[in-house]
Amino acid sequence: MKQSTVIWIVVMILAGAYLSWRAINYQAGAVYVAPKVITDVESGNSITTWSQVPDVDRDKPGVEFSLARTLGIWLSAIFTLAIFSFLFGDNVVYKIAESIFVGASAAYAMVVGFWAAFMGIFVAQLAPQFSQSTFIPGDDRTEPEWMMLIPLAMGIMFLWRLMPVGGWISRWPLAFFIAVFAGLRLVSHFEADFVVQIKSTILPLIVFAEDGSFDLKTSLWNSIMVLGTLSCLTYFFFSVEHTGVVGKISRVGIYLLMITFGVGFALTVMSRYSLLIGRMNFLLKDWLNLGASL
Amino acid sequence: MDKFWQTLADLDRRWLFAVTFLAISIPLLTGIVLPQKVTPMVENVFNAIDELPSGTKILIPLDYDPSAEGELQPMADAFVRHAAQKKHKLYFMTIWPTGVAMIQRQIATLKKEYPEYEYGKDYVNLGYRPGYEGVIKLITSDLPKLYGSDQQGTPVSKISMMAEIDSIKKFPLIVNVSAGDPGLKQWVQYAATPFDSIEIVGGTTGVQASTLYPYIPNQMIGMIAGIKPAAEYEKLMFEKYPEIEEVPSSNMANVYMTSQEAAHFMLIAIIILGNVVMWQTSGKRGRS
Repeated sequence: MKQSTVIWIVVMILAGAYLSWRAINYQAGAVYVAPKVITDVESGNSITTWSQVPDVDRDKPGVEFSLARTLGIWLSAIFTLAIFSFLFGDNVVYKIAESIFVGASAAYAMVVGFWAAFMGIFVAQLAPQFSQSTFIPGDDRTEPEWMMLIPLAMGIMFLWRLMPVGGWISRWPLAFFIAVFAGLRLVSHFEADFVVQIKSTILPLIVFAEDGSFDLKTSLWNSIMVLGTLSCLTYFFFSVEHTGVVGKISRVGIYLLMITFGVGFALTVMSRYSLLIGRMNFLLKDWLNLGASL
Repeated sequence: MDKFWQTLADLDRRWLFAVTFLAISIPLLTGIVLPQKVTPMVENVFNAIDELPSGTKILIPLDYDPSAEGELQPMADAFVRHAAQKKHKLYFMTIWPTGVAMIQRQIATLKKEYPEYEYGKDYVNLGYRPGYEGVIKLITSDLPKLYGSDQQGTPVSKISMMAEIDSIKKFPLIVNVSAGDPGLKQWVQYAATPFDSIEIVGGTTGVQASTLYPYIPNQMIGMIAGIKPAAEYEKLMFEKYPEIEEVPSSNMANVYMTSQEAAHFMLIAIIILGNVVMWQTSGKRGRS
């Protein structure tokens, strides 16, 4: 066995021992909740909600240990560590956590989509009386929205591809959606990313302030904006050979593009670190109860 | 000496992970917060919310999921706290199915820190609607068509603060927090650009930022991209409303940013050290 592997196994055992000690002595990940009764003024009905309390309030009257929320914290911590285990190489624990994450995310999105789209919009509008008697009791709609039959028909046509014959029927609603989104995106992109962007680049290169004095800062900024855009566009203009003046302008364009890519890369690194810090904060504070609570 | 450089060249990469762990953990555990200098763009975003008269209706689409929580939660918290401090009316919605949980977190913050905020009167959770950017396109002209009820199934006709809302043109400001598509880009494309009356500010991930900067200032007032500007936003908020600073979790972006800065110093040091090691080992081998 390699020396580094031995060292890391020892480090992992020590970390595991520390976690066990922390869990036993400091109730790591334990969540305590306090009740709050909310009464509806009109009906007089009341419900009790439970909210998490800070560690210092654990011993206050009425505060209770929440097994469900504690299990949630522990599961979340275990799965986070399972994903972090990829740093030591691909392994079974990582694969299991990854698969559960993908499955849970897909199932969650499906359930939310079912209640929000199928029941909340489609059924509620097509059969308002049924929705009132089941899942939207306060709904005041009385007349069915017959236009909803069109998406119903298109939905059935979509699913027709599962039938042994006539699979081609599913292409019609697919073509409809592609056309609708192509049209929507064409218009919005043309306006927001083309016309208005050109307008934003038409700037005065020499700017005077309100008192008539020369505004060097704005002038310089506008010049960089206009010349920078033109030089980047020149770099992508391949109908003319990039030699002489055109070559020099396109070279400036390359430099500006490189700066942009550098900024983008740095922002990405910063982004990834933020995500790591978020998880570390969860592990150290919410799970292990270390340091000052955020 | 050559052995020393060679040892560094052969160093197990897991030591770098351990150093990263320490660099991030120490600021988190000690609570050290480094000072931030506020940039003009963050000031513009702050003023967009702050200069609105108290009680203004603000639409807050939270289009992100738990995977981006580490980066976006602090700024979403700051936006909501600031808006609640100004006593604005808050309308939460999302076009991400997993965004529902993110809204619930903000509502939990409101309930805990602003108990006077009443559901249906001061804030409402319109929840998730499927359709990606199609949702934005539709609610620019007819909001009740898609939002017949709120997240709990209460008809919008029975929610007092929804009475005059027939489209998102009724909102003087949209405050979007997004982690990707559909998100801030689509809110600019389908709402802010075609309709001059719709003003938008946003919070987004650093990854997205470079594609969204061209929209400022003509199509978007300003943007908070990543943890750094979120920390600046918190600073502005604490300066104007010192009582918010007393809430323990209100400086999350500043604490995260201090960890971030420690990690950046470490990264820069490792890059420099890595180049020196390479020069001392490969370079010498090449020369010999």
